[in-house]
Parts: sequence; C-alpha cells; structure tokens
Amino acid sequence: MSTTTVAHHDEHHDDHPTGIMRWLTTTNHKDIGTMYLTFSLVMFLVGGSMILGIRAELFKPGLQLMNPEFFNQLIGVHALIMIFAALMPAATGFANWMLPLQIGAPDMALPRLNNWGFWILPPSAILLTLPFTLALFGVGDGALATGWTFYPPLSVQGGIGVDFAIFAVHLLGISSVLGSINIIVTIYNMRAPGMTLMKMPMFAWGWLITAFLLIATIPVLAGAVTMLLTDRHFGTHFFDAAGGGDPIMFQHLFWFFGHPEVYILLLPVWGFIPQILQTFSRKPMYGYKAQVYSLWAIGALAVVVWAHHFFTAGMPVPALLYFMYSTMAISLPLAVLFYCWIRTMWKGSMSFETPMLFTVGWIILFGIGGLTGLVLADVAADAQYHNSYFVVAHFHYTLFAGGIMGIMAGVYYWLPKMTGHMYNEKLGKTHFWLTAISFNVTFIPQFFVGLAGMPRRIPDYALQFAEFNMISTVGAFVLGLSQLLFVYIIISCVKGGKKATDKVWEGAQGLEWTLSSPPPYHSFTEQPVVK
Amino acid sequence: MQGMKKLGVGAFALFLSLSARADFTWNFPEPVTPMALDTLHVHNKFMLITAVIFVAVLAIMIYSIVTHRHSKGYKPVADKAPSTAVEIFWTLIPFAILLLIDFVIMGIPAYHSVVMMEDTRDQSTMVIKITGSQWRWQYEYLDGDAKGIKFVSNLATTNDQMHNEADKGEHYLLEVDNPLVLPVGEKVRILMTASDVLHNWWVPQFGSSRVAVPGFIRETWVQVEKAGVYRGQCKELCGKGHGYMPVVVNAVSKEEFAQWATKKQGEQQAANDVKEMTKDELLAQGKVVYEKNCAVCHQVTGAGLPPAFPALTGSKIATGPIFGADGKYQKDSHLDRVLNGKGVMPAWKATLNDTEIAAVITYERNALGNTAAVDAVVQPAQVKAARE
Repeated sequence: MSTTTVAHHDEHHDDHPTGIMRWLTTTNHKDIGTMYLTFSLVMFLVGGSMILGIRAELFKPGLQLMNPEFFNQLIGVHALIMIFAALMPAATGFANWMLPLQIGAPDMALPRLNNWGFWILPPSAILLTLPFTLALFGVGDGALATGWTFYPPLSVQGGIGVDFAIFAVHLLGISSVLGSINIIVTIYNMRAPGMTLMKMPMFAWGWLITAFLLIATIPVLAGAVTMLLTDRHFGTHFFDAAGGGDPIMFQHLFWFFGHPEVYILLLPVWGFIPQILQTFSRKPMYGYKAQVYSLWAIGALAVVVWAHHFFTAGMPVPALLYFMYSTMAISLPLAVLFYCWIRTMWKGSMSFETPMLFTVGWIILFGIGGLTGLVLADVAADAQYHNSYFVVAHFHYTLFAGGIMGIMAGVYYWLPKMTGHMYNEKLGKTHFWLTAISFNVTFIPQFFVGLAGMPRRIPDYALQFAEFNMISTVGAFVLGLSQLLFVYIIISCVKGGKKATDKVWEGAQGLEWTLSSPPPYHSFTEQPVVK
Repeated sequence: MQGMKKLGVGAFALFLSLSARADFTWNFPEPVTPMALDTLHVHNKFMLITAVIFVAVLAIMIYSIVTHRHSKGYKPVADKAPSTAVEIFWTLIPFAILLLIDFVIMGIPAYHSVVMMEDTRDQSTMVIKITGSQWRWQYEYLDGDAKGIKFVSNLATTNDQMHNEADKGEHYLLEVDNPLVLPVGEKVRILMTASDVLHNWWVPQFGSSRVAVPGFIRETWVQVEKAGVYRGQCKELCGKGHGYMPVVVNAVSKEEFAQWATKKQGEQQAANDVKEMTKDELLAQGKVVYEKNCAVCHQVTGAGLPPAFPALTGSKIATGPIFGADGKYQKDSHLDRVLNGKGVMPAWKATLNDTEIAAVITYERNALGNTAAVDAVVQPAQVKAARE
C-alpha cells in the first residue's frame, strides 16, 4: 500500500489549556491515549504489588503475613485491576493514539465522549480499592473476597466490598462501551480516502472486532452484577434456590461476558503483533485476508463457548459435548494466525530490537497458553485441571505473556513515535530477558503443582506443594521488580534521549510513520490518500 | 564479580538441596479409579501431541531466527501478496492439522470419556450423599450395609501448626477427624449438594470433581480399585475457610467396610439416646464441639471477628433466657440461633445431634467469660423436645 501525505501543521491550532486543565478537559486523541496508557501503567503496578503480597504469603506453608480473609480480597482485586484497569485501558490507550494515525483521521470521531470514557476510570479504580482503606478505619470488612468472578451465594454473603466492586464494574463497563462506540464510529467513518476495509491496518481490524464483542457482552455482565446487587439488598432470588433461582445461572451470565473478555484483551494485541513482525522482518505480513477472516471467526466463536469455564458445575451430556467441541474449534483459526505470524518472519530480513524480542517471546509463550487451553477443553481432563494451579498457569500464559507482554511490545514499538525520543535499547533488551525468564520461573512450577493437586485460591497448602511454590514466589518477585526497569525506561524516554526519525524503524509500514515524531498536536491537517 | 559468583553457587546449592528432599511430582498422582486412569491417558496423550507441535514450531522459528537475519545480510524474499489460491492452500494446512487433532485424535476418545464420566447410575451398587458447608463435609450413606450412617468430617490440623507455632504433621491440612469410608471395587453413586455456598468435592486420585450447589443435587461417581487413604480438598472458593476443608477417603475391603458400618451404626445409635448429663460432662463435651465447629468464626476465646462474626463473650443471646414461661424455646434465643441459624450463622440441627447441641450451648453459656444467670444448663432432652 503506498501513501501520500503532507505532515504540515498550523501552530495556532495547537492552542490548549495548560496544567491540570489540559488533561481534564482535553478532547485530543493523543492526550487521552497518553492518559489511558499512564493509568494502565499505574494500575499494573498496583495490581502487581497485590499479587506479590499473595506470593510472599505462599512462599512457604503456614500463615505468615495475612489472614485468609485478606488473602481472598487480594486475589479477586488483583484480577479485576489487571483485567479492567491495566490490560483493557492499555489497549484503549493504543487505540486512541494509533487508530487515527493509522487510518489517516485527524482525531477520534467522538472526542467529548472519549474524554468522558477515560475520566470514568479513576473513580472506578478508587471504588474498587477503597474498601481496603475503609477497613483500616473500622468500616466494613474489606474488599471483594469472592475472587473476580463474583460467584453467588458467596458474593451474596459477602460484605460491602462486593457492593463497591459491583459499582466499579458498572463504571468500568460504561467506560469500555463508550470507548467501543467511539472506535467503531471512527473506523467506519474516518478512514482516509482509498482505504477500503480490506486495506485497513490489522490493528484496526483487531480493535473493530474487540469493540463489537465489548458492546455485545458488557451489558450482560452489568445485568448479572445488578441482579446480584438486588439479591443482596432488595430480596430478589435470582441466584437463590430457596426463591426459585439458581446460583449456576450467574455463572452462565458471567462467562457469557467472561470468555469473550479473554478475546477482548487479546484481539487488539493480535492486531499490532503482525505489524511489528512485518516491520522487523522487512517484508509485508503474510496472509492478510486469512488473518482478517480468522479474527472474525474467533470473535464469533468467542460468544458461543462460555460454559467451558464451569464444566464441573454439572451439565447435561449434550451440553458438555457441544461446549467441548466448540471450544476446540477456536484452535483452528488460531492455528491459522500462528501460521501467518511465523510465515511473516520466514525468509524475512529480521533484526531484533526490543519490540521484536517481545513479539517473538510473545509468540512462543502465548503458544504455550494456547496449547494448554486446548487440553483444558477436554471435559474429562478438565475435572482435574479445573480450579487447580494448572489453570492459573494457563491463563497467565495467555494474559500475562499473551496480553501484557504483547502490550509491552507495542509500547517499545510506538514509544519513539509518541515521544520523539528513542528509548534505551540496551535497557529495553535487559527488561525483555528479565521478564521472559522470571515469568517462566514463576509459572512453569504452577503447571506442575496444579497437576499434583493444589487448588487455586487457598491461602495455605499441604507440604508436598512447598518446593514448587517457593520457586514460583522467587520468580514472581524478580518479575515484579523487573517492571520497575520498564517504568524507568519509559520515564527516561519521555524526558529525553536520541531524537527519533519520522519513520523510526527501517522496515516500518503505514500512515503513522509518515508523520513527524512526535506527531503534531493535530495530525493530518491535510487528508492523506491511500492508493 | 566474586560476590556474584558466590551468590550463584549459593543459589545452585540451595536448588540442589531442595531437589534432594523434594517430593516433586511432575504429573497427576497415581490414579485409583477408572475415571482417573482415563483422565491420565487423555492428559498424557494430549501433552505429547501439544509438545510435538510446540517443539516442531519452535524449531522452525529458531531456524528462521538464526538464518533470516538482517545482520547476516539476508535479503527478504519478495513475498508479494501471494495469489489467493496459494495463500488459501497454505493457511488451510494448519487448519487441517488442528481439525484432525481436535475432532478425531482427541475428539473421539473425549466423547467416550464424557459419556463414562456422566453415567452415574449404570452398575452402581451404593449411593452416598455429600453435603458441603462452610467449612466441612457431611457424609450420609443412603442404602446398603451402611444405610443411615451420617457424620461430619472436619479438618484435624491444629491451629498452632497453621500459625507456625508447632511442627507441621505429615498430612498438614489434608487430615480430618472422620474420613469417608468406601468399599473397594464398588461403583458408588455420589449425590452432591451444599448448605450455604458453592463447594467442590475433589480427590485428585479419583479424577472426578463436581460442584456442590446449595438447593440442587449434582451427581458424580467413584469406583476405588485399590485400598488406601486418599486425600483431596475443596476446590471452589467458599470463603475464609476454603483452604481448610479437606476430603479424606479411606478405601477398605468389602468385609472391613461391613464391620465398620456395623460398629458405626451402633455408635450412632448410642449417641442418639438422650440421657440426663451433669454440667461438667456437658462442659467437657461442649468444649470439643465448640472448638471443632464454632471457633473458626467465633474464635477459641469467644471474641469473634466483628463485624462479620460477633463475639460470644458477653453476647445477649449467649447469656439471655432461652425458654419462655410455657417451657418452649423463644425466637432469637440461644437455642433458636444454634438450631436454625440466621444470615451467615449456619443452622446446626442437621449437623449436630441433641447431645452435641446441648453440650455446646451449655459450654458457651458457662465458659468463654460468660456466666448465664438463667437457663445455664441445657439438657439433650430439651433439645430433642425443641426439634419436635
């Protein structure tokens, strides 16, 4: 695809308030993207320190640091923060920054809604964590202690932490739906002349499908937690057998959202990973059409496989078989995607700057997550894996390696474009190796300890699990501390460093690389045309 | 540098010492039921297939990473948008491989496993009912030699072991006071339910696990092929005691099972006989019942964990009157609360017998810093009357 653009800017268009008012009132897609990414990084550290508390407690058998109540609060809030306040905002941040640049639009289609979408997030993060602080002052008994899944009747029994978490989820959901509407409208209406849908950058495709999934599933989650709220306080019996309800119905509603959520977290990453691969392989991505169709297939399958998250809850045999085979079917389009990614590397002219390192590491580790997911679909074997540490390890391979390490690849890839400075390559590579190695040290032992029979979400464990847990904790602390290096690299790159060129990477392709680094406050004052 | 080296040697030595005493298991524990054996086969086969795929793909990637390098001057192959037919052909290859693995190699055995797992009735020779409650299991034998036997199985690990004040025993957190006893070789149909929140009864060596849902009956089955003691845990988050409700199953020969059943039935009969007890007898038994069942929430001292779990020391309910002028127990009295529960407080009438309830109430009213002025002693007969 060849492009013509003039990066040309009118200085007086750049007028905007300064200081805090700039950020509170901004409708600029880059400012909002920056806020999303910063928020995500902060919450990543918050969620990470919670889990280090957990890993410290699990370092050896016995209760050392915390009581079981507090332990249960940390695990649930860790997950909610990592999913809703770290991974999702990071993907939205990239969408805000890069979608307009990639499709040749001057801004997002709905800028005021965009601003609101972001500013709902900090209050909801506060709602989620406030019960911890309140408990210190003797109000309530702490945060949500049911795990992130809110399963009733435990969540009906729980304290005010559950109510706070329900309202936090409402707000986070509204924010995501607003962001999704904005992205869909932008992609459909604001592409540069000549950019047909099948010429769009893959990142736009990934996000388009993500946005549809969010709009389809978030309302179901919001409904489910609202029913929970009325069960708790207004005497309804949606999930109470004594009143004709069913606790398992909540699981159906929750996972109707929860499973697509996995793809909501991953599809944006699957969008920009091929772009990074083509940049550093110096050849166009392989199988563009095959990838687009695979993304659609996965998006469609995502909403019809939810019950594999609770095979052990008891279901009729035909339902078990249906959910097993449909879940396995997801591996078909995913295999096509893996094939296209590796085929893009094949016979390219590869160089291994930090974004490429993260991308290659991502393919390998996410591959482990995908393959272990395949075996989890087997109903009979799932009776063993379900709610054991095997599952914990599996979904950290998909969500930490497949999600967060993908986001990190994106950060290193676009940071020079966003800031106008090159980051420190040597430190970036160090960060990659520290992360990749300590990640495996943390989670490989969890596969084994899960097979040996250790259930998840227990504050203390039998003696035969001790060695694996000890190794896992050591890995987790190295992994956690390595992320401080990530923060340092980003801050020093924002502050200064070698000037980045407009194209930044030798093999970069796409409209965002035709603008200056950093791009002007208002990009594309003259519309680019895609031939 | 020297320091680093020392550190490295130290870490290596630590690792060696770990693996020397380690009880590492790299796979599922030894299966003892047909289901667990089937699961292990499925798992091993699947792991082998995925390992082969992973290694093959990784090898291709590594070859490419080593060979197709910019720094070696490798020129990218002009992979201009390949023709649609060629592209479709190539991308259908991984699709076809996975199709074969998913729906033939794995899919067909998986179908048979599911059918086998869900067939709880065919050839089953006895039925037991398992009730999960916070945080203990209750077992009830519904037919056969052991019909009518019903007991509660509590964690036997002591508090000081959990808080590192005593050495941890061999079966730390995986030991109970009353294990479930099952005959070897019999297909046992298990009906599963719960009294409060979701629980999941799981013994890794049995390969079956099922959620216990309050208000519903779920089914599963086990057929233990080898005598022995098998241990597992609840694996559905069920509150603060989730880590403290182990499952222990003692599988014995049919003869031993019949002997055990006769003995247990006799004991149960004796315990159900209501007889007058002295205050000291009640206090002694009450202490045992209290520490096993009540102390998790209300604490050994009776101080509770407010606001969720109120203190018993000085509590109005635990010191106020129980019986009204007509001799019947009053609503919201101590006896009412223990029998019927309220909110988070479970109802104990199905779990504890008359003597145990009388004993624990008497204990709570005269120990834990309490001295009840009225109704200081409750007799088993009064509890029995209250149930009717």
